[in-house]
Amino acid sequence: MSEVIIQVKNLVKKYEDLEAVKGISFDVHEGEIFGLLGPNGAGKTTTLEIMETLREKTGGEVIIDGLNIDKDQNEIKRIIGVQLQSAGFYPNLYLYELIELFAGLYNVEVNPDEMLNLVDLIEKKKSKVKELSGGQKQRFSICTTLINKPKIIFLDEPTTGLDPQARRNLWELIKKIKSEGTTIMLTTHYMDEAEVLCDRVGIIDKGQIITIDTPDNLIDDLIRTGFERPRLLKLATLEDVFLNLTGKELRDE
Amino acid sequence: MKYNQIRAMLAITKASLHSIVRNPSAVVFNLVFPLIFIIVFGFISGGRYKIDVAVEKDSDMNNPVLQSLEKISMVNLVKNKPTAEMNSDLEKGKLDAVVRFSRNEKGILVIDLKMTKASPENGNVFKMMLNQIIDKQNLSVSRPDIPMTELKEQVVEGREYRTIDFILPGQLGFSLLSAGVFGTAFIFISLRQTLVIKRFFATPVSKAVIILGESLSRLIFSIFSSVIIILIGTFFFGFTLVNGAVTFINMIILSVIALIVFLGFGFVVSGIAKNENAVPPIANLITLPQFLLAGTFFPISNFPEWLQPVSRALPLTYLNEALRKISFEGASIFDVWYNILILVIWGIIVYAIAVKVFKWE
Repeated sequence: MSEVIIQVKNLVKKYEDLEAVKGISFDVHEGEIFGLLGPNGAGKTTTLEIMETLREKTGGEVIIDGLNIDKDQNEIKRIIGVQLQSAGFYPNLYLYELIELFAGLYNVEVNPDEMLNLVDLIEKKKSKVKELSGGQKQRFSICTTLINKPKIIFLDEPTTGLDPQARRNLWELIKKIKSEGTTIMLTTHYMDEAEVLCDRVGIIDKGQIITIDTPDNLIDDLIRTGFERPRLLKLATLEDVFLNLTGKELRDE
Repeated sequence: MKYNQIRAMLAITKASLHSIVRNPSAVVFNLVFPLIFIIVFGFISGGRYKIDVAVEKDSDMNNPVLQSLEKISMVNLVKNKPTAEMNSDLEKGKLDAVVRFSRNEKGILVIDLKMTKASPENGNVFKMMLNQIIDKQNLSVSRPDIPMTELKEQVVEGREYRTIDFILPGQLGFSLLSAGVFGTAFIFISLRQTLVIKRFFATPVSKAVIILGESLSRLIFSIFSSVIIILIGTFFFGFTLVNGAVTFINMIILSVIALIVFLGFGFVVSGIAKNENAVPPIANLITLPQFLLAGTFFPISNFPEWLQPVSRALPLTYLNEALRKISFEGASIFDVWYNILILVIWGIIVYAIAVKVFKWE
């Protein structure tokens, strides 16, 4: 098994009247895609934002690539890439200018064209974000997480609101980033997405981790308990029908 | 490699400048509005609404002519002004006339009237008024053939004070105020609501640098607008820059100081307003009263007396006044230290509030 790159131990986050994260622990391994799954309000985003240095934790420990989140926030910021749920971009700027802005913020030299090529948006170089489709926006958003050549990227519900074609396209992009050695931690509430993308998943509910394993093992474990789907699964799903009828190519360009 | 905050700040400033020049409302508020007002007022030569007349200190104050003058509301009588200041004000057109009342050996009231080429119309209106009063009084006595009162007049040289010399500094001041308040408030609320600031926080940039970077871009854009306004005023509408480039530079330095103060108002508004829709009412509450009361269009001496203390409390009043002193009277930035002091005091108050109410998310 590869090295542990993120360690979370007994992480607690209390808001005034609510305990959003109740002492969760997990490790993320170098080079894997780790998915944090859970219903809305389970504490996924809170956990992620603490790891991204955007939120103070109430208790526990977070170590990212050997750096302690209590002491080395700025060092951590330089080796992680962050995509926030439903975040916008600086208004009225073209895509290549946004990349230059982030390059300045990270103090790195990048070639905007290369970055845009990576996510297939080179033709949109002189467009504004508001002129992009949903899928293009998410691709650009992921592009901006890569500007500082991070070791780890955090993606918060990267495919929420996208059509099936755009989701599949984004999955390919995420796999491509993984294949280049970047560790990816993402949240989602789509189980098909987790099954396709994640090497391991942690299921979180009401602020607690219920289980952590590979998607395969989790499914096998469930079947071993004698679980059966109420209706036997057909060999295709409605999504397969949809993609078969409408094609797999992206609609947003 | 050590992280360089200056580099991050310049990246923000550059991005912000691109964003501002592509935003029509910023350009309209900073540049087009003031220019429209300047053009409108440049063409309609609106006169002043009061005639400012100083009475020399050694005058015989107990005379019927002065008593009649005091009843005329259009005439603003100034007493107790040092003679030197009075003469210089007359040359600059800040006073329309200076009168001295005395009695000669025959007991006849002699009025020495000094007028100025800096304000010929008002001087002449005042002379007509004076003549009317004298005629009336001369007629009312028993021996109309012996004049009771004699008028001697003299015209001093002075620079012509045009409407543009009054209007342009006011517009410049207002442009700086609205740029500082509206521009800053909108951008910070928008960056906050769209989580752009939060995304910035995920980079090593410091909070102070985000604010500095944004402020610097507003400063650059506003100063650029000011330069355009002053140049257009000078070359197309005959705006007076008494000492040319030196005056120009002094005006720009003052503009920078004022804008920094006004940015503080913008930070306060961005902290108080819940969303973008709440910005205009709150920002207007700050800018509109100053637009009307701070001597942008009319000298504040035209306002009723109970209102003048309000005007005297507003920061824009001191900016407008200082800009006019610099542009027309050739004052330097050091001569208007009192106005700058008031602006700085406002700055301290406003930034103290801004620190309390400013919100990052």
